[in-house]
Amino acid sequence: MSHSTENRGKDRSKDDRGKCVLSLTVNGKPETVRVYPMERLLDVLRQELGLTGAKEGCGEGECGSCSVLMDGELVNSCLIPALQAAGTNLTTIEGLAEGPQLSTLQAAFLECGGAQCGICTPGMILASWHLLNKTTEPTLEDIREGLSGNLCRCTGYMQIVEAVVQAARRRASA
Amino acid sequence: MTEEHIIGKSVPRKEGRDKVTGAARYIDDMTMPGMLYGATVRSQIPRGVIKRISFDPQFEWSEFVVVTAQDIPGKNCIALIGDDQPCLADGKVNHPEEPILLLAHADPHFLRKAVDAISIEYEPLPALFTIEDSERCSQIIWGMDNTLKTFLIAKGDVDSVWAKADYIVEGEYTTGAQEQLYIENNGVIAAFDREQGITVWGSLQCPYYIHKALMALCNLPAEKIRVVQAETGGAFGGKEDYPSIIAGHAALLAMKSGRPVKIVYDRLEDMTATTKRHPSRTRHRTAVGKDGKILGGEIDFTIDGGAYATLSSVVLSRGTIHAGGPYYWPNIRIRGKAVATNTPPHGAFRGFGAPQSLFAMERHMDRIAQAVGLSPVEIRRRNFLKPGETTTTEQTIREEIDLGKLLDRALELSDYTAKKTRFAQENAVGPIKKGMGIAAFLHGAGFTGSGERYLASVVGVEGCADGNGTVRVLVSSTEFGQGTNTVLCQIAAEALNLPYEDVRIAQPDTNQVPNSGPTVASRTAMVVGSLVRSAALGLKQTLIAGGTIGSSYSPEEFRAACRRHIAEHGQLRSYARYETPEGVFWDDEKYRGEAYASFAWAIYVAEVAVDLSTYSARVEDFVALQEVGKVLHPVLAKGQIAGGVAQGIGFALYEKVIWQNGRMQNGQMTNYIMPTSADLPPIRIFFEEMGNVHGAYGAKGIGELPMDGPAPAIVNAIEDALGTRFDSVPLLPEDIFEAVGASGKR
Repeated sequence: MSHSTENRGKDRSKDDRGKCVLSLTVNGKPETVRVYPMERLLDVLRQELGLTGAKEGCGEGECGSCSVLMDGELVNSCLIPALQAAGTNLTTIEGLAEGPQLSTLQAAFLECGGAQCGICTPGMILASWHLLNKTTEPTLEDIREGLSGNLCRCTGYMQIVEAVVQAARRRASA
Repeated sequence: MTEEHIIGKSVPRKEGRDKVTGAARYIDDMTMPGMLYGATVRSQIPRGVIKRISFDPQFEWSEFVVVTAQDIPGKNCIALIGDDQPCLADGKVNHPEEPILLLAHADPHFLRKAVDAISIEYEPLPALFTIEDSERCSQIIWGMDNTLKTFLIAKGDVDSVWAKADYIVEGEYTTGAQEQLYIENNGVIAAFDREQGITVWGSLQCPYYIHKALMALCNLPAEKIRVVQAETGGAFGGKEDYPSIIAGHAALLAMKSGRPVKIVYDRLEDMTATTKRHPSRTRHRTAVGKDGKILGGEIDFTIDGGAYATLSSVVLSRGTIHAGGPYYWPNIRIRGKAVATNTPPHGAFRGFGAPQSLFAMERHMDRIAQAVGLSPVEIRRRNFLKPGETTTTEQTIREEIDLGKLLDRALELSDYTAKKTRFAQENAVGPIKKGMGIAAFLHGAGFTGSGERYLASVVGVEGCADGNGTVRVLVSSTEFGQGTNTVLCQIAAEALNLPYEDVRIAQPDTNQVPNSGPTVASRTAMVVGSLVRSAALGLKQTLIAGGTIGSSYSPEEFRAACRRHIAEHGQLRSYARYETPEGVFWDDEKYRGEAYASFAWAIYVAEVAVDLSTYSARVEDFVALQEVGKVLHPVLAKGQIAGGVAQGIGFALYEKVIWQNGRMQNGQMTNYIMPTSADLPPIRIFFEEMGNVHGAYGAKGIGELPMDGPAPAIVNAIEDALGTRFDSVPLLPEDIFEAVGASGKR
């Protein structure tokens, strides 16, 4: 029997013992929350900060659905103890669009069919964002390799790769 | 007919914006005031009698809600087809991970500890784990002889063909279990209120299946059960039947506690406890003339259903009907059988029995080709079904399908002949051996035989007076990635000659939408889509008859007419109910007649390279050519094919469920391996479009088709590369190593 529910739950907040203060920047906004030292960053984002765009697919760093950017690096937030994020700058899927305006990458995912059921999409878009920040003109091989830490069961990845190619092209011509 | 303005165009996915911004709300993103979290205590053994359940006296139990079989207000079963599966084990267990007891607590932190603080003593009984174990009947674990269901299809006189045959070709083929591996695990929230009854929100495919199951379990009338679909993160059949179980559990906890209860499985629980694709064994014996034409044959198709009957009878039905492939059999006898074992019940998974029996058929065609001395291309060409001929159930092919032409095009697109010749030369040197493999197949859309008639689906289309859009589609058909929302809105917009943006779809909620049937069997675009079109046309007729619009109108005029109608009559709704098309005949007893309203047809070609230094096989190129009627939305249609092919490649080369005493041992994403973006070849997708009278705007079913072809095409290619026979999937490097080693070819 296994339930990775150890660190979940808002109702616990009445009892603050054992918690410590965590300050970090999320999507450009400074945040301070009280967390258990070993609480997963994923749970802090989802439960304390209400940012539910990062998803739990496997809870062991294999599927990438919980991907976020931490100081510009792609991390699996299910594997990061909350305190490790102290003082860092986080970007989640909620931070990519500027108001109602979708980012180039989000628009490309929508247009090319890169999102089907949508559960891997936030992580996949952040992994693509990370890739395009490192490599402005990625080859198909770069994209396939760069996204291989993010699992998608719906698309067979074809239309995701297409979306990244399209976004790279648009960024280059912008 | 005027030219279509929305059908055939890749309009934006209705819920796509919410998905790319992270705003889409899945079940685990939802909380409710006072909500508890639920957990399930499960059987640790495959079969036995429960002797005692003990609660650790040191543990503070007063804060927990505990539910056992004794707390069930209605019948302790998961009502589906038969009622043999208990919701909670009562006195005995029949498979590992069978639910026995439920717990809930406000803090999930304590739940795990509570689960561990319960110990269950069993008196174990001998258990059965394979089809062969079950057939030997050393133990009777289900019914009189462990047989969950049988079917017999008989056409012509098979017994007369053996004497006339120039060749008799035999083979046995097996396929393993496969996990659906939707990235969002199963989850629900249930709430109970004495006045309103039970409401369930969840990740699910079939709201009305759960509705029916909860009525029986909770002993409540229809109006006191409400089921609402949350955004659903993938399903593939894995959320067809299982959500009735987890919804039942959450509902029991909610009824006992009076508080909302959320149950969301983690990956390990989802993988080990929920359904998978049925493992199968298929035996072929075929009589063939010297020209390579099939004279007749026998097929024995057997699937492992697991501990309870659940959906096995329908999976078996589809697998049995598809067992003969896209070929003409003058004489055939197909025996289908589902047997019970002490593993968790196997269930729905894209393809629903057809990928299993078609794997066997398409491997066997290559075997027949070898026996006769023809190429894999030629043996298929000589036996393809043609218009006017009949299938194994004696359904006459009325469509103008030309499989030979489809095959030619696939060979050209894949550069089959040139590559095959080149590989044959290149394979002589070096460790990399390449091969080409073909699979030809068909997939019936919609429920089998009389299924759609019994379902009698209802669809509504509503004119609205609010600012959110002009028209709302009312269906219980669910979106889980395949594009239901988008395609059904396209169809309504097309029928009403309105912009796509003016049509939206209601959230599936049994209090709001009629029962348009389950979202399964590749039936949504074809069957439900047709009903949406009828209901939309009915709505238009109502307004025209009322004189508020003429036969042509602008969207603004249509909106104004809706508002006027609603002001005068309160609401504007039009419903359509499924009616069996004329001339459709099906005999449930003899399993004969029109099995499906239409078939989709396909030829897939795989190019595979096997590295004899690592024994890994890699698909290097994949051509998927299919005839699916009218393509309603090219981007979505391609997405369906690419996703299905990827799952098919996983089924063939990567995804192996390792069983021990009936329990999956590799229930994590680290040890059950599905393809990543780095593992897959370019999947090149092509469509032939041929009108189909049954579907909306000529569409046929598409979702399941692409799961059928990859495994046989890939294994045929591996045999082409290595000259070694492989009759089983999944085919992992260790299997290739073993077989190649045994044949002395290393």
